[in-house]
Amino acid sequence: MKIIKHSFDGVIVGAGGAGLRAAIEAAPHMKLAVITKLYPTRSHTGAAQGGMSAALANVEEDNWNWHAFDTVKGSDYLADQPAVDILCKEAIDAVIELEHWGLPFSRLENGKIAQRRFGGHTVKEGADPAFRACYAADRTGHMILQTLYQKCVSMGVEFFDEFQVLDIKIEDGVCKGVIAFELATGDIHIFETRAVTFATGGFGKIFKVSSNAHSLTGDGPGILYQKGIPLEDMEFYQFHPTGIYRLGILLSEAARGEGGILRNKDGERFMERYAPSIKDLAPRDMVSRAIATEISEGNGAGPQNDYVYLDLTHLGAETINKKLPDITDFVRTYVKIEPINEPIPVQPTAHYAMGGIPTDVNGRVLSDEKNTVLPGVYAAGEAACVSVHGANRLGTNSLLDIVVFGKRAGQSMLDYVSKTKASSISDSSSDDLVNKINNLIEKEHTDEFSVGRIRNDLQESMEENSKIFRTEETLNKQTKILESLRERFENVTIFDKGKVFNTELMEAIELDYLLDMSESTVVSALARKESRGAHSRQDFPERNDTDWMKHSFAFKNGNSATLRYKDVELGKYKPMERKY
Amino acid sequence: MDIDLKILRYDPERDHKGHWEYYKVEADPEERILDLLHKIKWFEDGTLSFRRSCAHGVCGSDAMVINGENMLACQVLVKEVRNPINIEPIRGLPVVKDLIVDMDPFFDSYKKVMPYLVNENETGERERLQSPEERDRIEDTTKCILCAACTTSCPVFWTADSYIGPAAIVNAHRFIYDSRDQESKQRLEILKDVNGAFRCRTAFNCTSACPRGIQVTKAIEDVKRETLLNN
Repeated sequence: MKIIKHSFDGVIVGAGGAGLRAAIEAAPHMKLAVITKLYPTRSHTGAAQGGMSAALANVEEDNWNWHAFDTVKGSDYLADQPAVDILCKEAIDAVIELEHWGLPFSRLENGKIAQRRFGGHTVKEGADPAFRACYAADRTGHMILQTLYQKCVSMGVEFFDEFQVLDIKIEDGVCKGVIAFELATGDIHIFETRAVTFATGGFGKIFKVSSNAHSLTGDGPGILYQKGIPLEDMEFYQFHPTGIYRLGILLSEAARGEGGILRNKDGERFMERYAPSIKDLAPRDMVSRAIATEISEGNGAGPQNDYVYLDLTHLGAETINKKLPDITDFVRTYVKIEPINEPIPVQPTAHYAMGGIPTDVNGRVLSDEKNTVLPGVYAAGEAACVSVHGANRLGTNSLLDIVVFGKRAGQSMLDYVSKTKASSISDSSSDDLVNKINNLIEKEHTDEFSVGRIRNDLQESMEENSKIFRTEETLNKQTKILESLRERFENVTIFDKGKVFNTELMEAIELDYLLDMSESTVVSALARKESRGAHSRQDFPERNDTDWMKHSFAFKNGNSATLRYKDVELGKYKPMERKY
Repeated sequence: MDIDLKILRYDPERDHKGHWEYYKVEADPEERILDLLHKIKWFEDGTLSFRRSCAHGVCGSDAMVINGENMLACQVLVKEVRNPINIEPIRGLPVVKDLIVDMDPFFDSYKKVMPYLVNENETGERERLQSPEERDRIEDTTKCILCAACTTSCPVFWTADSYIGPAAIVNAHRFIYDSRDQESKQRLEILKDVNGAFRCRTAFNCTSACPRGIQVTKAIEDVKRETLLNN
C-alpha cells in the first residue's frame, strides 16, 4: 500500500449536517479538507424526516425560552442549561440562514416557513403542543443535507470522498493530524493538520432493530476513546417509538404531530393513560416505554403480540400525501399496506445517542470531567455530547444541534488555526495503522471469527439486554457477553485480502468501535442506579436528583471503562417531576 | 425460501473482465435484495463488494441492475422480483469492483449545472417569502438523492458518456424553477450545449428507474421548453 502525505490547516471528518456546516464556516479562511467514508450526500442527516425546531412564531406566539424549557424538561433535567439556551436562541437564525441558502421549506399561505407540532414541544411551558418544527414535507433532513452540500459545492470546499479516517495523532496533548484509508485504492493518507473536527454521527448499529444507517458505527467517538478521551453520558440512548415493525425504519414523529394516534391490539389510544395532557406527543422516551409496557402486558398486536399500531387513517389522503409522503411510501414499500386505509405495525427502534465525545459549547473536545480542553480537536453533531439533549433528546432538536454546533465547531477551528503555527507530522505516524491492517489481512479466515458473526451476536445481545428497560441482572449478563465478544474480536479475520474497496476490512475496524460503544454504554448504564430519560432501570425506577444530577465520563480501561462524573450545569429551570 | 442469485463479479486485482458467480441464499419473501447481498458478504463470501448505507431508499448508495432494471437494492423485496435474481453494476460508468462503479463522472456532471441557489439580493433578517404554489413547483425535483439510477438507465448516456445526463438536468430544474433563484439563464445556457438537455430522446427509462418517483423525463422536457422560450 502506498502512503501519501497531505498538509491542511484543518480537517473535518464526516460530511453530514454537522461536518458540512462546520466546513462552510471554516473553508473560506483556511486550507480545509472534508474527509468522508461515504459520498457527502449519503450521510444519515438525509434520513431525518420531521423537522427542525425554532421559535419563529410563524403559526402562533412562541419564544425561544419556551423551546429551552421544553428541551430541558425533555432531557429529564440532565442537559446543561446554558448550552440549551444557546441551542434554542441560535435556532432561529440557523433556520433563516438555511432558507437563505436555498432550503426548500414547506410554506404557509402567507409565504413564511411552515411549522408543525412535534413531541415534547409546547407553548407557555407545557400549556399546549407548539407549532415549532420547521419542515420540508417529511424529508427535512434530506433538504438540509442537500442544501449544505450545495453550499459547499458553490464555495469549492475540498472533499476526500470515500476516505475513512482511522486514527488521530496527538503528541504532547496537541493534535498533529489524522490518518485515513482510501477505499478505492487501499492507500494510506497522512493528513498533517493542527485542527480536526469529528462529525461522524452516531452508533445505532450496536442494536439489532435500528433506524440507523449501516455506516453509523461510532468511528469518531471510537478513535478518540481508544486514545484515552472519555465518552460522556453513554447510558442515554434514545429509542424512537415508531420504527416499522422488525425493520426499524423510522416513521417520523411528524405522523403524530399531524394527528396520528398510537393504538394497542384493542384499538385503545393507550397514550391517554401515560401522558394525559399531550398524549401521543409525549417525548420519545416516555412513548417508547409506554409501547414496551403495552407489549409486555399482553396488549401488543399481531400473532406474537409484539407491536402496536400507528393509526393515520383518520387524517385523510390529502394530508398524508402532502405532509407525510416519504414515510407513507416506506410503509407501502416495506410493509405492503396502504396507510391511508390501514394502521401501521410499529415498534421502538434504536435511534439516537445522547452521549458521545464531550465538548464545550464551542465544539472543543474535553479530555476529562474537569473541562480540560484538548487543543485542536473538535466534535459536533450526534458524535458529540455538549450536552443539550441530556437524558432524552426532543424530536427536531438533532437537526438543530448539527447546524448550531457544527457552525460553532467551525468557528473554533478558525480561531485555533489563526492563533497557532503549522506543525509537522512524521512519515512514520501511519505505522501503527499499517501494522493493524496488515495483521488483519494476513490472518487466515475462519468462520467463527468472521466480522458478520461477531457483529450479529453483538447486536442481538445488546437488543436483548440493554435496550429500553434495563436491570442489574440484564446488564451484568451483557457485560459477560461483551467480554466473550471482545475475545472473539481479538481473533477477527477477513475473507477479502485485496486493496480495492476492501469494505470487509473497514467493517472489521468499525466492529472494534461498535464494541467500544457497547462496552462504555453498558458500564455507564450499570453504574447509574436511577431511571432518567431514556435510561430506565427497572430495579431503580425513580429519578434520583440527590445523587445523580451528573454526567458520566467513561474512560477506556482495557475492555471495560472507568467512570468519573461531572455536575450538570443548571440554570433557570429547576428540576421537577416530569409529567405531560 | 431458497433464492438463487447470479451476480456479475469483477476484481481488478485478479480478473481481466467480469464474470458471473452463483449463490444460493435462504430468505424470507419480505427481505430486501440488500439483505441477500449482506448474507453473502457477512456469512459466505466477504469479498463481495457493493455500496450501501441507509438501507431504506434515501441515501442513494445502492443503485444496481436487478433482473435487467435499475433499482436500489434496499428498496426491492425478494417477493417482488423473479427467482433467480440477476444482479449487475449500473451501466455507463466504469466498474471499479463488483457492484461498485466510479461515481466521479456522475458528480462532475452534477456540479456543472450550478447546483446551488444564487440570489444576490439582500437577504434581511427573516426568510424570503415563497408561496406554497411556488414551492410546489420544485417539490418533485428536490426529492433527488443522486443515486444515478436515472442517468445510468439512459440509452443516450450508454453510448455517449459526454451527455450530462438526467440527474444533472433534474438538479438544474430544481433551481431553474425555484422562485428565489436568479441564475436560470446561465443554467439554461449550460444545458443548451450539444451535451445538454437536447441529447435526451425521451426514452422514459429514467422516469421508470427513479426510486424517488421523480417525473424525470417531464423535468427534462420542462428544461428543453424553457431553453427555447429563453432564446
